[in-house]
Amino acid sequence: MLPVYVPILILAVVAIGFAAFTIVASHLLGQPRPTDAKSAVYECGMPAIGTARERFPIKFYLVCMIFILLDVDAAFLYPWALIYPQLGWFGFVEMLVFMTLLGGGFAYAWKVGALDW
Amino acid sequence: MDALLRLFSLIPGWDQNVPAWASISLAGLLAAGLCLGFISLGPVGYVYVERKLAGFMQDRLGPMRVGPWGLLQTIADTIKLLFKEAIFPAAVNRPLFVVAPCLVVIGAFMGFAVLPFSPTWQGTDLDVGAFYVIAIGSLSTVGLIMAGWASNNKYALFGAMRSAAQIVSYEIPAVMSLIVVVMIAGSLSLQQIVAAQAGGLHNWFLWKFFPLNVIAFLVFFTATLAECNRTPFDIPEAESELVAGFHTEYSGFFFAMFFLAEYTEMFVASAMVSVLFLGGFAAPLPVLQTVAGFDIGPVWLIAKAWALVFVHMWLRWTLPRLRVDQLMHVAWKVLLPIALFLIVVIGGLLTAPATAGGFPWDPWFGWPLTALLCGYLMLTALRAWRWHARQVREAVA
Amino acid sequence: MTASAVVFWVLTLIVLASAAVVVLSRSLINSAFALLATFSGVAGFYVLLGADFLAAVQFLVYVGGILILLVFGVMLTHRIQDLDLRAEARQLVPGLFVAAGVFILLAAVATRTPWAIGAGRLPSATTAEIGRAFLGKYLLPFEAASILLLVALIGAALIVRKREDA
Repeated sequence: MLPVYVPILILAVVAIGFAAFTIVASHLLGQPRPTDAKSAVYECGMPAIGTARERFPIKFYLVCMIFILLDVDAAFLYPWALIYPQLGWFGFVEMLVFMTLLGGGFAYAWKVGALDW
Repeated sequence: MDALLRLFSLIPGWDQNVPAWASISLAGLLAAGLCLGFISLGPVGYVYVERKLAGFMQDRLGPMRVGPWGLLQTIADTIKLLFKEAIFPAAVNRPLFVVAPCLVVIGAFMGFAVLPFSPTWQGTDLDVGAFYVIAIGSLSTVGLIMAGWASNNKYALFGAMRSAAQIVSYEIPAVMSLIVVVMIAGSLSLQQIVAAQAGGLHNWFLWKFFPLNVIAFLVFFTATLAECNRTPFDIPEAESELVAGFHTEYSGFFFAMFFLAEYTEMFVASAMVSVLFLGGFAAPLPVLQTVAGFDIGPVWLIAKAWALVFVHMWLRWTLPRLRVDQLMHVAWKVLLPIALFLIVVIGGLLTAPATAGGFPWDPWFGWPLTALLCGYLMLTALRAWRWHARQVREAVA
Repeated sequence: MTASAVVFWVLTLIVLASAAVVVLSRSLINSAFALLATFSGVAGFYVLLGADFLAAVQFLVYVGGILILLVFGVMLTHRIQDLDLRAEARQLVPGLFVAAGVFILLAAVATRTPWAIGAGRLPSATTAEIGRAFLGKYLLPFEAASILLLVALIGAALIVRKREDA
């Protein structure tokens, strides 16, 4: 086992334990006494109409799609940004090529209005 | 954790009698306990400070009733929240409704594992530390959207969807401007990033390649501000249109957990900004790094992070909220192009031998500008205080 | 059993159980959220193998991106609340044959491949190593990947673009 990750594991266990403890404690300290009015859906004082889980605009989906693509781009950028100072001009040219491709795609997306909300 | 392990070794006979796994887990639990204490007690202070600040900025007094100057107000609030029942509305999806706040809290906590408080006071020095903090934050995003879905409430679901879209949009500029720092430092390990900025204020990455890195700092700070869902980027919980956003249906301590997570995220984000740009635990003057032989790195990191938390609060009570389309515009069409441009320019500057170590004028800007900024802030605070005192005098008279 | 073996089996249990929930759950949203545990478990496997950068990317892209995308996709579905995912079992016998065949094939490949166990050392800093590989041995695949990303970005932009007629 790699000892570097042990603190993260321990913190994860403590965090989960804290969350569980809080839930149990809040359940014990504040006894739930549900009534009909209390357990109604909150809707500014009037009965809620229909369900909340309606269809959502597709914009959210599309923004997320572009996010994933740029995120993967960033994941490609990191490994060699790390060793960038050692690369010299070869690294700079390589970076220019990569950034041109990325910037080209980005500029296209901007031009066709994919980035408008 | 290293510091704790070393403390254990000082106890006579510890190394011989206690197995390694036991002392590692004991040190880990102690460190995690320290973090937990800091995290869970911190918001009590933050909320009080935020309410007081809001009061001063809006020319009122803020909490005054409970305790002297209202000091016990948030403690009373916490106790009240603990004893309140958690309401489960009939329409909610119970398992997800319970798991969601836990995920948000865990996602906010986990960032603490790599925050460097000093060369030895750190959970663990991961090779991918800076990347880890950003990656683990996605847990909170999933928690928020889970909360919105489980609540089965229109406001909650809208808030959650907006918040997820906002966080993913601002993650890109954050990740891209982080690359600038990574290129300069040549490392993702937070310990090494701080080490690269040691030796005083003029060495901080903020003042390197002046004024380019100042822009990178602003991009990163804005992006982290947006990822914490704070004003002017708080449309996920815009109370004028969405009641309370994703936590509309939450009450009692579940509600408190969202707040805990929000303030913890604020602290982690601010600490990250100070590690990446403001030298982390490195003092502005090397002389100030130790007091009586003790390394006071943690004090410096916490002070810097709190200063940035103060800026978060200041912005909240100063700027109006953005609209959704303006929000997206800022992320995609302002911050992201700037970040990409900075990567190319700073990449070129780093490659050219003449500027590889920064511009020749870099050492001359850090101190004067910092002094100017601090002086201006103090003057403004003084004037605000005198104005406030005069208002009080006139009201009494 | 060593500590890493214990962690491995716990992770395996988490991944398999949550993957089973993803496949078997009748509610689309439960399936989507169960993926959280699956993705995290896979990230855990990467950590166990010493691939820390890959684990972080797995978390960032899959949990922070793909999972959110899936949930957004679910929200696009009409009447998601009443939707009852139930697969009818038609052609049970041929299906079983195909499943068994795939299983045998995969098992054969897995058992017969001469895995290089313990041959390599764990690089201490994988991220820099990946960077060197990108710009050295695997330069061409790296460029191909960046062009692929460009194509995907243009494709996504084409789908997203505002249509004047709409």
